[in-house]
Amino acid sequence: MTKWINRRGFIARIAALLALPLLSLRSARAQTPAADALLDKITGGAPIQTGRVRLEIPALADNGNSVSLRVVVDSPMTPANHVKSIHLVAPKNPRPGVASFFFGAGAGKPQLTTRIRLSGSQGVMAIAAMSDGSFWAATTEVAVTVSACWDAS
Amino acid sequence: MAARISVPQNARRGDQIEIRIAIQHPMETGYRVEDNGTAITKNVINKLLCRYNGAEVFRAEMGSGISANPYLSFFIVAAASGELRFDWVDDTGVAGSERSAIIVA
Repeated sequence: MTKWINRRGFIARIAALLALPLLSLRSARAQTPAADALLDKITGGAPIQTGRVRLEIPALADNGNSVSLRVVVDSPMTPANHVKSIHLVAPKNPRPGVASFFFGAGAGKPQLTTRIRLSGSQGVMAIAAMSDGSFWAATTEVAVTVSACWDAS
Repeated sequence: MAARISVPQNARRGDQIEIRIAIQHPMETGYRVEDNGTAITKNVINKLLCRYNGAEVFRAEMGSGISANPYLSFFIVAAASGELRFDWVDDTGVAGSERSAIIVA
């Protein structure tokens, strides 16, 4: 029989357990005060949960002036249960609020493609507002080789 | 403002149809300066509205974080034959609009 509870394993397990809520909290917050204020504006202070949103964006962007991304939300689009809006936040951009997209009745599947500017490497966030009042988000780290607004002072 | 919009002309009722729209616009961030040192004022398409037979199905509120020549793709459900209308406006108040007919069988 293998000795599966040794001291090292035990400590690692406890550390992982402690880090779990920390991780989920961190991922739902942006990295800068301006972005945090923006998130509060979007959600009205409601908590943002991690999951249900998929943010497809290249991990390495050669040119920050144009980074294509796709947001896919795991949700039906029925009158009772749908995605109300999708918000894109780039915390380290001079203006973190990239765009907000609102879906009306008659909108199709909650999926969206666009191209954004990124001022340096950062964790880009996509937040989905659901009809039940909950907020879900995904954060994807993007390394940017040539930043947008490089010629700004 | 020139725009390219791709909407299928025919669809079956209940189909998910993809709308793709690209508008020619510099989307000036306001952070750029000209060679002589004068700042170029911010000017972006801040709002884009898509109406399907008069009802709003999609709205985009954009900032300077959207790339020049903004491109968007999204889905609507083909419900009835009629018209899709797109309207947008930039910070200087210059508006653009485009319409596309769709036949739903």
